[in-house]
Amino acid sequence: MITLTERAASHVSNFLAKRGKGVGLRLGVRTSGCSGLAYRIEYADAVNTDDHTFESHGVKVVVDPKSLRFLEGTELDFTREGLNEGFKFNNPNVKDECGCGESFNV
Amino acid sequence: MALLQIAEPGQSPEPHRRRLAVGIDLGTTNSLVATVRNGIAVVLNDHDGHALLPSIVRYLGDGGVTVGRQAEAELARDPKNTVVSVKRFMGRGLKDVTHVENSPYDFLDSPGMVQIRTVSGVKSPVEVSAEILKVLRARAEESLLGRAGGELAGAVVTVPAYFDDAQRQATKDAGRIAGLNVLRLLNEPTAAAIAYGLENAAEGVYAVYDLGGGTFDISILRLSKGVFEVMATSGDAALGGDDFDQRLFCWVVERAKLAPLSAEDTRLLLTKSRAAKEFLTANAEARISATLGSGEAVDVTVTHKEFQDMTRHLVAKTLGPTRKALRDAGLEWSEVKGVVMVGGATRMPHVQRMVAELFGQTPLNNLDPDKVVALGAAIQADVLAGNRASGDDWLLLDVIPLSLGIETMGGLAEKVIPRNSTIPVARAQEFTTFKDGQTAMSVHVVQGERELVSDCRSLARFELRGIPPMVAGAARIRVTFQVDADGLLSVSARESTTGVEAAIAVKPSYGLTDEQITKMLRDSFDHAREDVHLRALKEQQVEGGRMLEATEAALREDADLLSAEESAALRSELDVLRKTLSCTDHRTIKSAVERVNRATEAFAGRRMDRSIKRALAGRKVESF
Repeated sequence: MITLTERAASHVSNFLAKRGKGVGLRLGVRTSGCSGLAYRIEYADAVNTDDHTFESHGVKVVVDPKSLRFLEGTELDFTREGLNEGFKFNNPNVKDECGCGESFNV
Repeated sequence: MALLQIAEPGQSPEPHRRRLAVGIDLGTTNSLVATVRNGIAVVLNDHDGHALLPSIVRYLGDGGVTVGRQAEAELARDPKNTVVSVKRFMGRGLKDVTHVENSPYDFLDSPGMVQIRTVSGVKSPVEVSAEILKVLRARAEESLLGRAGGELAGAVVTVPAYFDDAQRQATKDAGRIAGLNVLRLLNEPTAAAIAYGLENAAEGVYAVYDLGGGTFDISILRLSKGVFEVMATSGDAALGGDDFDQRLFCWVVERAKLAPLSAEDTRLLLTKSRAAKEFLTANAEARISATLGSGEAVDVTVTHKEFQDMTRHLVAKTLGPTRKALRDAGLEWSEVKGVVMVGGATRMPHVQRMVAELFGQTPLNNLDPDKVVALGAAIQADVLAGNRASGDDWLLLDVIPLSLGIETMGGLAEKVIPRNSTIPVARAQEFTTFKDGQTAMSVHVVQGERELVSDCRSLARFELRGIPPMVAGAARIRVTFQVDADGLLSVSARESTTGVEAAIAVKPSYGLTDEQITKMLRDSFDHAREDVHLRALKEQQVEGGRMLEATEAALREDADLLSAEESAALRSELDVLRKTLSCTDHRTIKSAVERVNRATEAFAGRRMDRSIKRALAGRKVESF
C-alpha cells in the first residue's frame, strides 16, 4: 500500500493537468546513490501488466513489483522548506539514508 | 534533506546529479528568475511571494548594497546612489544615453561604457547588473537546493533582440561577476515564443510585440514542429514604459507649474507617475499627489483619455519598426497567425488596441506579459543543461540584429554579415591593398545599417601587418567574421601569400577589470591615426619619386618626340613635383603627381607607338 498526503495528491493532479498527458505517478527505486538505493518519481504515461497500482486522493500511483518491496507502506508528502518545495518519501523500510535524502538503505 | 521533483518517464536523474538550470529575465524595470520544475516552467518567488525583483540597486555609504524593493523604498530619498533602469546604460557611451538631463546620476564618461559615481565608488552598469543577478541567483539556489551557495548548472539570460555586441558582452560579463555559468544569451522575443510555442503547441508565423520598461522589440518568428526560426527583428533600443512615465512626469510638471526640481523630487514624481500609469490600466482616472522637498504640495488628476493623448506618439513610434520587421521577413499582415504581447507596458489598453488594429486581430496575452520571457528562458536553460530526453531536442535558430562589417576606403562600411542572418554564422570576404607597396591594413569592425562608418557603431579595430609589398590590388586579405550562439563576434584577417594573421574577439573597451587595457586600446587608436597619415605621406612620396625618375629617364631616351614647348612645360611640372616631395601633406604631393601624369599622357602615347613600330619592323605577319 502506497499513499499520498492530500497536499501531495493535489500538487500531482495540478502538475498532470498542466502537463496535459499522463495517467498518474510512477514511484520506484533503483540501485544507485551513496546509500545503495535511490528513489524514482516520474510521470506515468502507461501502466505495465505486472505493475501494482494504488489510488490515493484521486491520483493513480504506479509501482513495479520489484520496487514495491522497498516502498511498501510509504507515504509521499509535498513540503515546503523556505523557498524550496518538493516531494518527500516517508518510507518505514528505511534503515538509514544519506544526508541528502536522495538515496537510502533498507 | 533534498526535496524531490517529478521527472519525465525514464528521466529520473542520478542522485546528486540533478542539473539545476534557471532562466533569467534581466529587465529594465523588473527582473525575474524561473526554472523548470516537475516538467513545468515556473517563476521563482522571493520569501514575500513576489516574483518580480525591481531592477533597482542602491549603494550604501558603508559599502553595502540593497537590491529590489528595499532599494526602491529609498529611491526618492537617495536618488544619486540608487540606480534604476541600469539596462539602458549597458554597453553604452554617455552620448547614447537619452534623458541625461533628467537622470539624477553623476555620470562619468569612460571609453565604451558610461559609469556612475556612487557613494561606494564608481560603478559600471555591468557591476550594477551583477548585483541584481546575484540576488536572483541566491533566490534560485534557495528555491532549488534549499540553501544559498549551492551549485547551479547554469543560467540562460535574456537580452533584447536589438542589443549589439557590446551590450551582449556586458550582459554576459554581469552574469560572470554574479557567479553564474551563463549557458547562453537568448533574445527576449525568442524566449517569449518558446513559452507560448511549447505551452500552446501552436504552429505558424507569429509577431512578438515586446514593449518593456526600456526597450521595444518586434520580432517575426516562425514556429513549426518545435523549431523556432527568427525571421526578422526590429525595434527601438530606447523606447519603453519608462518613456510613458517620463511623459506623464513632464505633463505633471507643466500642469502643476513646478520650478526645476531637485534629484529627490524628480525621482519622487517619476515614481508617482509610474504608479498612476499602472492605475490607469484599469481605472478612468488617477490622482498624483506628493509633497516636494520645498514643502510645496503637488496634487493633479490625470484621466485615462488625457494619458492616452499625451502618449499616443510613443505608441505610434512602435509602428515603423513593426512594418520594417514584417517587410524584412517578406510577409503580409494577413500571414501573421498571432501576435504575442510581452512586457508590462503592453497592459496599457491603448497599446493593446493599436496592436489589434494594426494586425487586424486580438493579440495573444494569456500568459503574464511580465513572466513570459523568464519562463521561456527557463525552458531553454532546461534543454541546455541536458535535462531533456534526446528525442525531445529542438533547434533554436536566432539571428543577428544588425549587420556587421568593416570600414573600406572612403569611410564606407562594407557589410560582411547582413542583419537577420541566422547564428551561429561565419562569413569571409576578400579585401586587397589600395596602394602599391602597402604592408599593413587597418581592420575597423563596425555594426549598423548605414553606409557611412561614422553613422555605424564602432566595435573594434586591429591591424594586419607584414603584408609583402606588392602592387595595389595584388594582395589577398581574407577577413573572416564569426558570430557564436550568443551573438558574440570574433574577427580575423589573413593575408594568403604569407599567411600572416591578426584577430580580435570583440569586447567593449570599458576596462572593467583592467584599466590598462583601456589605455592600451586608446593608445593604439591614437597611433593608428598617426600611422595612417604617415603611411599615406610615405606612399605619396614613393609614388612621386618613382614618377620623377621614370619621366626623366623617358626624356633622356625619347626627347625628340616632344616639341620645345611641350618639353619645357613637362620639365616645369617635374620641378614642381620635385619641390613638393619634401612637404608633409600627402594631398599636395598627390595633386602634383596627378599633374605630371596628365602632362605625360601624350608623350607616353607617342613612346608606345614608337616602341611598337620598332618591335614590328622587318617582321612578317606569319611570325606572329
